[in-house]
Amino acid sequence: MSRSLLDKNGRRVVAITGLGVVTSLGVGARDNWAALTEGRSGVRTIERFPTEGLKTRFAGTIASPSGAPYSAADLATEIAALSAKEAISQAGIGGQGRFPGPLIVATPPSELEWPDLHRLYRDARAQTAATGYERLLAAARTGAYADLARHVRFASIADRLQGELGTAGAPMSICTACASGATTIQLGAEAIRRGETDAALCLGTDATVHPEGLVRFSLLSALSTDNDRPEKASRPFSLDRNGFVIAEGAGAVVLEAYDAARARGAEILGIVRGCGEKADDYHRTRSKPDGTAIIGAIRRALEDAGVEPDGIDYVNAHGTSTPENDRMEYVSMRAVFGERISNVPISSNKSMVGHTLIAAGSVEAVFSLLTIRSGTLPPTINYDLPDPEIPLDVVANVKRDARVGTVLSNSFGFGGQNVCLVLAAEPA
Amino acid sequence: MTRDRRSEVWIVGVGLVSSLGEGTDAHCTALSDQAAPPRVTDEARFPGYAIHPLADIDFSRQIAKASDQRQMERWQRIGVYAAGLAIDDAGLRGEPALLDATDLAIAAGNGERDLAFDTKVLETADAAPIHSEHLNTLLSTGLRPTLYLGELSNLLAGNISIVHHVTGGSRTFKGEEAAGFAALGDAFRRIEAGQTDRVLVGGALNAERADLLLNLEIGNALWHGAYRPIGERQANGGGMVPGSIGAFLVLERAESAVARGAKPYARLAAVVADQCPRAGEGDIAASLGQLMTRLERASVNGTLVVLSGASGVQPATGEERRFLSRLAEAGRGPVVRTYGNAVGHGVEAHFVSGVALGALGLCKGTAYRPLEAGERAAEGAAAPSHALVTGVGHWRGEALALLEACGRDGA
Repeated sequence: MSRSLLDKNGRRVVAITGLGVVTSLGVGARDNWAALTEGRSGVRTIERFPTEGLKTRFAGTIASPSGAPYSAADLATEIAALSAKEAISQAGIGGQGRFPGPLIVATPPSELEWPDLHRLYRDARAQTAATGYERLLAAARTGAYADLARHVRFASIADRLQGELGTAGAPMSICTACASGATTIQLGAEAIRRGETDAALCLGTDATVHPEGLVRFSLLSALSTDNDRPEKASRPFSLDRNGFVIAEGAGAVVLEAYDAARARGAEILGIVRGCGEKADDYHRTRSKPDGTAIIGAIRRALEDAGVEPDGIDYVNAHGTSTPENDRMEYVSMRAVFGERISNVPISSNKSMVGHTLIAAGSVEAVFSLLTIRSGTLPPTINYDLPDPEIPLDVVANVKRDARVGTVLSNSFGFGGQNVCLVLAAEPA
Repeated sequence: MTRDRRSEVWIVGVGLVSSLGEGTDAHCTALSDQAAPPRVTDEARFPGYAIHPLADIDFSRQIAKASDQRQMERWQRIGVYAAGLAIDDAGLRGEPALLDATDLAIAAGNGERDLAFDTKVLETADAAPIHSEHLNTLLSTGLRPTLYLGELSNLLAGNISIVHHVTGGSRTFKGEEAAGFAALGDAFRRIEAGQTDRVLVGGALNAERADLLLNLEIGNALWHGAYRPIGERQANGGGMVPGSIGAFLVLERAESAVARGAKPYARLAAVVADQCPRAGEGDIAASLGQLMTRLERASVNGTLVVLSGASGVQPATGEERRFLSRLAEAGRGPVVRTYGNAVGHGVEAHFVSGVALGALGLCKGTAYRPLEAGERAAEGAAAPSHALVTGVGHWRGEALALLEACGRDGA
């Protein structure tokens, strides 16, 4: 029996053997990567529903590839399945409808949408004089709306994906807000390191561009309101950045024990070298001013990876384009990397695809791997007015060629969630 | 393949609030006292539905700042309160370095809607066809700015970090009952494998919400009409009676607990979960049976008590009972306590509640009293040595947790 490849901490090495992605730039890694490296924006004026009366009227939306009518739960499920199938197909793992490992999926909120609420309310008018939720309950009690259960059951997306993809064991549904996608990869890597499984399917999906989805972030003053130039609205690290752009997307990675992947002759696309997380106790939507929680997450990821700060070649930023996030991301990285951080190239994919929220960590992990494999750094578009207080080597507006062995991918979320991944090329 | 040496996982802190009161003693007493039926229900508040309301709790005793309380919805306050009880119980209060090194594994759904606002929008649209622009304006001007933070699943974790300064890692798991299976399983496996020393794990449900009842009713999961114990609902189609519950545990690697002088309630010996597609009759019982075979290595050679997490919803509850009767046929003859009869069904919080009650029972040497007709009294004087907690999702997911008595010194 051959010796196992172990990392510096004596654990099984976790390989990535499949990638899949759907964003406003297209379906599949090839189309996405072409658009991303050309600096194209997927952000545009919303046509899905009338937007009069909304402060923000643009987003990075996805039209259902199957043409299904919009619902957040259904579209999130559809694009999750597409990205998962792309990743599984690339990995060439499992059999028809059977994936030999658990599903770990980050899902958006499960909730009834307004059109459904209106329908229940209208339909129950004849049955009851009650108003409000009592009337909604009367409608639901007829049993005629069981098809809506898939919107309100939190296990529903995972269940539908498990049924379609044939993943093994108990699937997990995750929410760590905008760090969720990264959390799924962390959970998968931990399970492989423990020896519980040789493979895991980790993905994140979000498709919540509907009126309330926009309003709830508008009310938190988080969204850009540049309605006249949507494709220019996401300006990470720019002096005039004024909020993030809400977007839809799904990303999937197949994780495998390195030895198992090699043994079956799979192509190794990269390695999950390390993961780090650190909760912030400062505020529900803001980071501790000294950055200690983000700093902690980065340091833990580096430590887990056995990589010194000097070993990071490139940063795939969280880079939301909000005044607060981009400054805190810089301040925290400066604390970890010192002055060198100003010479480490960095991109925010969100300048083009917008902020895919729950899916962001997954989508950006896919793009980080494509960066490593292609030797091309995707640009941060709309970087015309650098913020002098954020002196970073932003890959400005056009792609750049560079050899990248190791990437730091940052993901931060409301509720003090901070998760960082160190992704790397296959060990030589 | 390498594996870190397996560590023992101890339960060193319990935080419980429910309709029965708050804290370990209140729950142990209510479940052990033969005199009074340990059940508090409200059948008037939501016509046609019974629920178990939370006992009167002064939230400010765990959430000192009024501003923090204001920024939480009630499910979050319940959870943050119970988490605080567990932190106190585990001796972590006032230990910033330990809290900073404690991870969170949370089972959560969504928080509350603003029912008055939703009603206003629905009534407006019902009176006359509503233009999208009008709806957009209503939403933009009527939704409370911080409401989303009260709804978002991971903001229970976020509030625990803010209020109690638990600032290690933080994961929130969703999926109704399976959220609890995943949260407990994640915490257990990481500690066992040496990936972390200590995890605060738990969840919370506010059952006193029409929006929660609506979601459950759409899935045909609620018990209709006058309250009946779980075992008596099966003949009438079944259904759950939700209960407001906050349930938290501090799990700790034994060596770490010993080093800081923390005492265990019980040893958590195993947590296993699966999710069968429930395509045919018998699938759920078979899934539980297969999980049980995975526990065989943790040999049970003393007195076993089962804390049944049955919800009352069919067919899950009937099949869980079939699984339990097979255990009896196999000579295991366990004493069964369907704890949902006492506290209601806690959905995301239910599995952890059962593990908390199991650990308490083992620690106090009690199998509790029968909680519905057909549950037999514990025989003899021998204290239970093991507790098996069943988790059966009302729609999806099956799980088992095995606890072992170990004495407060861990021996």
